[in-house]
Amino acid sequence: MSDIFFYITAAIYLCSTCVYTAYLFSRKDNLISFAEKALITGFVFHTLTIVVRWIEAGRTPATSLHESLTLFSWLTVVLFLLMLVKYRQRVLGAFVSPFALILILTASLLPKKIIPLSPVLESYWLPVHVMLAFLGNAFFAIAFFLGIMYIIQEHYLKSRKLKGLYFILPSLDTLDELNYKCLQYGFPLLTIAIITGAIWSEYAIGSYWDWKPRQIWSLITWFLYAALLHGRLTAGWRGKKAAIFSGTAFMILLGSFIIINFVSGGAHGLSQ
Amino acid sequence: MNLIIVGLNHRTSPVEIREKLSFPAQTIGEPLRKLTNHYGLNEAVILSTCNRVEVLAITGDIEKGTWQIKRFLSEFHDIPLNRLDDHLYVQQGENAVKHLFRVGAGLDSMVMGEPQILGQVKDSYGYAVQHNTAGVIVNKLYHKAFQVAKRIRSETKIGESAVSISFAAVELARKIFGDLTGKSAMLLGAGEMAELAAKHLQSNGVRDIIVANRTYEKAVELVKGLCGTAIMFREFPHFLKNVDIVIASTGAPNFIIKPDQVHDVMRERKQKPMFFIDISVPRNIDPLVNNIDNCYVYDVDDLQGVVASNLQERKKEAEEAEKIIDEEIEKFYRWIKSLDVVPTIIALRQTCDQIRKAELAKAVQSLGSLTEKDQKVLDAMTSAIVNKILHHPVTHLKKESNKIEGDLYIDTIRRLFDLTVDEEAVKKAQNNDD
Repeated sequence: MSDIFFYITAAIYLCSTCVYTAYLFSRKDNLISFAEKALITGFVFHTLTIVVRWIEAGRTPATSLHESLTLFSWLTVVLFLLMLVKYRQRVLGAFVSPFALILILTASLLPKKIIPLSPVLESYWLPVHVMLAFLGNAFFAIAFFLGIMYIIQEHYLKSRKLKGLYFILPSLDTLDELNYKCLQYGFPLLTIAIITGAIWSEYAIGSYWDWKPRQIWSLITWFLYAALLHGRLTAGWRGKKAAIFSGTAFMILLGSFIIINFVSGGAHGLSQ
Repeated sequence: MNLIIVGLNHRTSPVEIREKLSFPAQTIGEPLRKLTNHYGLNEAVILSTCNRVEVLAITGDIEKGTWQIKRFLSEFHDIPLNRLDDHLYVQQGENAVKHLFRVGAGLDSMVMGEPQILGQVKDSYGYAVQHNTAGVIVNKLYHKAFQVAKRIRSETKIGESAVSISFAAVELARKIFGDLTGKSAMLLGAGEMAELAAKHLQSNGVRDIIVANRTYEKAVELVKGLCGTAIMFREFPHFLKNVDIVIASTGAPNFIIKPDQVHDVMRERKQKPMFFIDISVPRNIDPLVNNIDNCYVYDVDDLQGVVASNLQERKKEAEEAEKIIDEEIEKFYRWIKSLDVVPTIIALRQTCDQIRKAELAKAVQSLGSLTEKDQKVLDAMTSAIVNKILHHPVTHLKKESNKIEGDLYIDTIRRLFDLTVDEEAVKKAQNNDD
């Protein structure tokens, strides 16, 4: 059942991504409205996919890489929709939609089998840790897109040739402010995720920290984002520099997450 | 309905002709009344702006009406018609409707999409109403034109981007700083253009304005109009770190703001963005400042480039607007068609006859055993009642439909009896006429 919803979600995200792309080229308002409607419809099916999977598995669906990517994609869309309501930055959707689509497509290539979770890992910490970690990542993902938008807009303003996306992208200040806000939420979430991960590890295998690759890489990204926040607060890092920094940090985060889970087969290798 | 527009605009005529033909607003009643009283036009509106003079009229005969308007323009302004005729354009029927919609939406203006024209069209209609030269068609037509202009403004971005240098500067500032509320600006030199840009910035929320000028008194004078602070020119570098926007327009022959200086300023203000607008020639701000992170330098040419690309963007939106106009014309013509007298009479008769038949059927049923003859008598009687009641309205309608107020009668009858146009019946009636 969750498979059907999964494929419907993928199809609708593909549709919304195409319309968003068409919008970027034509800049017609009715296109973005349509794309948003499509994205929201896709999101409804996405939610169903996750709910059904949760019931079928009887636990938080985040143990295989397939499940993790589906959940991550879902949380990114959730966050985007919340920000759409609050800040009305509609163009952001043109970046979130393809990202959600790519995550879903990647997930579709991976084994969808429900992997039984070893009893030692059954714990309240599973949903808490997983949700916080992915929500934090979703904030970083949005910060990443805002950074890209900033760099594009800055390029137009610096080159003094105003055309294309210049007309639909928000102001530099708005982009920079939102980027900063995302970090302000994302960083504490990442911190708590690392701590809850450690506590969970203590419950499950009796040690808080044993320098597994997953733990090392989380620490590296944590330090990167800490440095970025510090630079913003004290040295006045902003704009392009901050955008590039947060972009790099997010690539490292995403890359390490996928590679580690791909090599270990999900749940940071804890499920086997 | 015979609608004509005769007029000239900035494309068809030089200013020497336009100024001779203009109608001052204070005395517009006289020409309007002349058009309807002496020149045989049913309804008339005069639009007179610095870029166009147009007479819109409803008439019984298009060719005659067109000739009459031309004659009026020539006689009223005392210019021989042969001097005028080359500059005049004539739009008739549907083309005239389209022309009016386009003018109202600013699509025919010198600066594409400018909003002032709508106000001027509204005024011209207001004068016609005031002087009783606007009838039912002009009323409907102008309300439609206002509605179309509004729709175009809300559904396209035709009026959104700036098309003057000082507005372009403000727009750029908003793309850099977002909201300008609470931002501050510095004017170097007290030129007119700088002052204009500063005023635009201020109306967009910029709070503090510092003016530095070589002649201190001139700065003080300018500051009065802007509610800012005047400083000595040599002191301006100390104030740079506190301002977000710098507008330079001094007569200095060299760069007065240099990259090294801005580097230091940026460090002091923790890299908060700065926007430099250099409207002086020769330039006052070293273009290399643009290479510094979070600094943006625009000179006069850059701003003109921005205006050009904005105009390009407006042209793109204009295509959308034209589509909207075509849609609205179709709607308008559907209404106009309903004002034909023949289909109205047919519809009126049909409606009444339907009521009669329905009531008759009910009566026959409840009376029960009626002979065929009885039924015929009832049928004839009810028919006669309906025909007699309708006789006077229909004769009047036919008579009035040829007069100025005719459309008003037709429209009223349609509303009172809630009539819809039956296309089939219209065709049938037209065939019968032939």
